[in-house]
Amino acid sequence: MTVTAASATSSSRHEPSPAVGALVNERLVLWYFVASLTYLFVAMLAGLLFSFQFLQSYPFTGIELLSPGRWRMVHTNGVAYGFIANAFLGALHWAVPRLTLRPVLGVKLSWFIFVAWQAVVVATVVGLLTGHAQAVEWGETPIFVDPLALAGLVLVAINFLPPIFQTTGPMYVTLWYFISAFVWTILVYAMGNYIPQFFVGGAASGAIIGLFIHDLVGLFVTPLGWGLMYYFVPIILKKPILSHGLSLVGFWGLAFFYPLNGIHHFLYSPIPMFLQYGAVIATIAVELVVTTVILNFFGTLRGRGDALRTVMPIRWFYVGMVFYFTTCLQCAFQVTLTFQRIIHFTDWVVGHSHLVMFGVFGFWILGMMNHLLPRLLRAEGWYRPSWNSWHFWLTGIGMLVMFFDLVIAGLIQGFQWRDLAPWEASIRASTPFWFLRTLTGIAIIAGQMMFLYNILMTAIHRRAVPAPSVPRTTPAEGLPVTA
Amino acid sequence: MFETKSGVFLIAGVGFFALAFLVMGLLPWTIYLDQPEKTVEQLAAEGITHEFVDLAERFPGPFQEHFPGGVTLASFAEALRLGRQVYVAEACWHCHSQQVRPVSNEDLRWGPVSHAREYQNELQRPVLFGTRRVGPDLIREGARRSNDWHLAHFYKPTSVVPTSVMPEYKWFFDANGYPNKKGMAIVTYVQWLGSWLPEYPYFQGEGPSGPTTDEPKPVAVAQGQGGV
Repeated sequence: MTVTAASATSSSRHEPSPAVGALVNERLVLWYFVASLTYLFVAMLAGLLFSFQFLQSYPFTGIELLSPGRWRMVHTNGVAYGFIANAFLGALHWAVPRLTLRPVLGVKLSWFIFVAWQAVVVATVVGLLTGHAQAVEWGETPIFVDPLALAGLVLVAINFLPPIFQTTGPMYVTLWYFISAFVWTILVYAMGNYIPQFFVGGAASGAIIGLFIHDLVGLFVTPLGWGLMYYFVPIILKKPILSHGLSLVGFWGLAFFYPLNGIHHFLYSPIPMFLQYGAVIATIAVELVVTTVILNFFGTLRGRGDALRTVMPIRWFYVGMVFYFTTCLQCAFQVTLTFQRIIHFTDWVVGHSHLVMFGVFGFWILGMMNHLLPRLLRAEGWYRPSWNSWHFWLTGIGMLVMFFDLVIAGLIQGFQWRDLAPWEASIRASTPFWFLRTLTGIAIIAGQMMFLYNILMTAIHRRAVPAPSVPRTTPAEGLPVTA
Repeated sequence: MFETKSGVFLIAGVGFFALAFLVMGLLPWTIYLDQPEKTVEQLAAEGITHEFVDLAERFPGPFQEHFPGGVTLASFAEALRLGRQVYVAEACWHCHSQQVRPVSNEDLRWGPVSHAREYQNELQRPVLFGTRRVGPDLIREGARRSNDWHLAHFYKPTSVVPTSVMPEYKWFFDANGYPNKKGMAIVTYVQWLGSWLPEYPYFQGEGPSGPTTDEPKPVAVAQGQGGV
């Protein structure tokens, strides 16, 4: 029927053929996931620590290397470059060889990239804590780390594009997203870290920083995330994606409108007003495009709603998609200048960004790990599936409550500021919300600890299964794609 | 075209990114080409703030140690540069904004709405519009409070603002409790913000609000060599 069906579910065999399995460097995928979870914990603890400052209960007051401001930057950069980037790279090592039936360019190159990327993240954390942050939001990676990160991103593209470009015939939607993401991430990182620092200052640099902030989410995290959803959902549900046409609309709509959004991060700033209007309109256009993608995926789920209860990865994926629709709908409203008057600079935006980065992409990553980790650990299944249920509910409820908590706090802050209440009044009014925010953070961390413990127990208690052969460098032709 | 490798790579990957960069990134830059970026030395030449001189008077020993030439254009410029560097490194811009918006009564609270020309200088590259307002906006902060207040505030914010959630910056001070070079620099920087306006500081409920004029600020008093 559609090309999507052919590549996703054509095989009636459910066991991976050894040859296809050999294309994937499963050890590397596991290492990436371990790295990702490590940074998740560091970043979450950084966030929790930072949240105590808001309650006047910071345990390490006055110690320079434990200064809350610096740890805030460790939190955001640890999430973006440590947790999300590592998880996506691991998932790419799983998905690209399977989709293209070809290995990535080089095994040694792949391991080099892994080590280099960890060096980038560790150097970033150390650099931030020792006072070398760069004044670019979400790009605080120190200036001396940027060339290494950029080189790493170029190597990633060099590693993954060859198998994709060698495929013949119709290209599955996931690969459109992947190709673009590899190009975009390099351009976006270079733009954001170099131009506002060395070449363009003032309000114009604000425009570029706005582009960077949004492109990081929209042209790096989003395409990789959705690409992986287009890959995993049909395979797990054993159903093709509903509509190829909607996939086209979704991809090209994102590609065109998303990059034009950036200035919406600095509305009512001295950036020229006509560009701000343009950014608002482009943002609302993206929401319409996003709706088509959501319809596509929920249409795919139709008839398989039971999977939300029984298949954990699907639950993570689809709850994440609901949050994705929520954040984009919220975005379409909050981007209007009317809303911006009140909510800009408040905790409303912090709630939004947490729901996006963690509620959407974090959830998708946790879903992929749920699906892949037993296989990567050569275990028959999870040690205690019920712990994964605890993981889901603690995380899900924690995230949802955090979101509403911060959104409401933001409204209160914004209205108090507009009404010229003394600044201290808005701090007092925010304190109960900040307290609840800390509690939700604890709940989320507790959920991740259950997941981590489950992973450890699964690894310890697995039975030895012979490993597949080392990935070959010659392509394996004519093999059906299976999970 | 829409599903081919070259189509995706060139049109979506390169083309649409370039389009957005040109329209949303390069175009604003061209709009400000008639206002070249001022160097910190040029900013310093517009007038050394009274607060910088006050630091030299209050802490003559430490000041002489950190700024051996005394109060000069060069030392003022150095303090501003270091102050901004500290502001970035400590993530001050994640809790404080530097941008008065024309909405939400911000001009009543903080003073004249921000204009693009105020950001055309080296100290706003990258620009410090700010992420969030946990604390108040700072672009009009200069001379609203004394150096003493700022020093006490950096050392222990709750001593001057009991409800404050700002961290303590004890490493801006030496063992005797006097500000070290970073401390003097960050206070100089914060006390400089907004000093380029013809009239400053603005206090809520008093004084003028509204758009800034084009007239340059009169050159400040203390531009001589050494102390006052």
